[in-house]
Amino acid sequence: MNPSLLLEMVAGAAGDRRAIGELTYAGLDARATAVAAGLAGSGVANVGYVDEYSETLPVLFYAAQRAGLPFVPLNYRLSDEALRAALTRIAPAVVVAGERQRARCEGIEGITVVSRDALPAAEGTVPEASGEVSVLLFTSGTSGEPKAAVLRPRHLTSYVMSTVDFLSAGEDEAQLVAVPPYHIAGVSTVLTSLFAGRRIVVLPSFSPESWVDLVGEERVTHAMVVPTMLGRILDVLEARGETLPALRHLSYGGGRMPAPVVERALRLLPHVDLVNAYGLTETSSTIAVLGPQDHRDALASDAPGVRARLGSVGRPLPSVEIEIRDADGKVLGPGEPGEIFVRGEQVSGEYLSHRATDADGWFPTRDRGHLDGDGFLFLDGRADDVIVRGGENLSPGEIEDTLLAHPAVDDAMVLGVPDVEWGEVPVAAVVPTGPVSDPAALEDELRAYVRERLRSAKTPARIHLRDSLPHTETGKALRRVLRAELVPGT
Amino acid sequence: MSIKPGTRYWSTTSSTAIVVVRAPSAEVALTCDGAPLADTEQPAQGGTPKSEADGGTLLGKRYTDADSGLEVLCTRGGEGVLAVDGRPLTVAGARALPASD
Repeated sequence: MNPSLLLEMVAGAAGDRRAIGELTYAGLDARATAVAAGLAGSGVANVGYVDEYSETLPVLFYAAQRAGLPFVPLNYRLSDEALRAALTRIAPAVVVAGERQRARCEGIEGITVVSRDALPAAEGTVPEASGEVSVLLFTSGTSGEPKAAVLRPRHLTSYVMSTVDFLSAGEDEAQLVAVPPYHIAGVSTVLTSLFAGRRIVVLPSFSPESWVDLVGEERVTHAMVVPTMLGRILDVLEARGETLPALRHLSYGGGRMPAPVVERALRLLPHVDLVNAYGLTETSSTIAVLGPQDHRDALASDAPGVRARLGSVGRPLPSVEIEIRDADGKVLGPGEPGEIFVRGEQVSGEYLSHRATDADGWFPTRDRGHLDGDGFLFLDGRADDVIVRGGENLSPGEIEDTLLAHPAVDDAMVLGVPDVEWGEVPVAAVVPTGPVSDPAALEDELRAYVRERLRSAKTPARIHLRDSLPHTETGKALRRVLRAELVPGT
Repeated sequence: MSIKPGTRYWSTTSSTAIVVVRAPSAEVALTCDGAPLADTEQPAQGGTPKSEADGGTLLGKRYTDADSGLEVLCTRGGEGVLAVDGRPLTVAGARALPASD
């Protein structure tokens, strides 16, 4: 099924409803058709988007679907080099770039850069095209080399069909999107919220104050945040004494959420339904949810097993199967930790380079976790060493490589350690090349060095100086040994 | 007829239109109001039911056949009952899942 059919249905039934910003469903549908006509026959293979979240995103998404072309939202926070490498991979493409991004995208063979207000458009309709690929999303990947996850129309439409009812939202409902366009939830919401008939409100650049302000101004009823955002939002609410009376529903996901933050949210926002969602880019977003009643039951319970569910990501969607397996592939029982495998119609598990699913359709998530006796899923961490800082995946390898490029560094190892504000932050252990007279000065210098070459999110929160670092005999980094030293009790 | 997910069908006797969400496990005859469906767009004709009690199909509802596993989504409501090999399809219940993105 072409995902744009879902928009067509809502536009046909409730064309006057607002879809996003000032655009009604009928307006969005017409705009997407015009842009699709402009894209069709332009000879491009992909439709890129390098900008903050805006009203243009759903227009471009549905236009690309209607023209049978993949929509490719790219991380505008990437370095020039990484961004241009990604653009090179999607050429020939039309790329919609924000004002501040244009110059960084120009001059690449096969890449036509246009601004938001000059989208290609044409009169008339396009013949219904069924594209092979709906979305390409670059993930960070464990090696640090970005992988392009392939989501096909059947994955996205299966996800919508199995989770959302057509026009089930009330006319007053509004969904606040605060994740970036290149986050899977930023893409999936243009399907799920709009198929439900729920208006999308956009916060292009997150700050907790602006989030709280916008919820009030736009009478936002539904919102999705990553863990880091929630703690900071709660700080603002507490400081201002605000309670967000219009807000009914708050979902969070995209990283480990500390249970104390959830308890605080339940206390400060007792009228709000909390939902913890677990999902991956490769699974077209959510595969497990901890619902509002699960939260309330857990908070009210004295039974440790039930209470612990505040730290759970809930139960698999009815349309999805989840198994925990050990390193040999054996399926494990309740309470036994292993790697999380998932299967279902929404699960792609496919990249441009390869397919990660097995012959039976099971996708190895590379997340570690366990199920309790009632089927609630708990995440134990990443099977790989990717650091999830504020919902964003950071590769330790890239930070290590940067540190190793500094003349004073002989060896470096980076890992994520738990952090109340960000979920995880990167810390580094470094072996200096020679004697160090002023360790604090070297730490400052190395942090500045990383910040300058990467960016602040990737800058180690702390740098420990060591005489040596743990490696296997074949030279592989033993991060778990270092982790045990830096984070006692793990 | 061989029915694939994503294929759209139109009734030739009413305004009903559907898209296949899940394919049946075997070849089946899919009909609306007793007549075979067309795989090319047909003009809307007749009225559209206002509620399930009126019979016919309602826009946005999913209809299923437990025996074959077929599931379709109604993309345009219309009169006439959808059926597979003569068995009327049943309307699928609402999802009880909370919004998560």
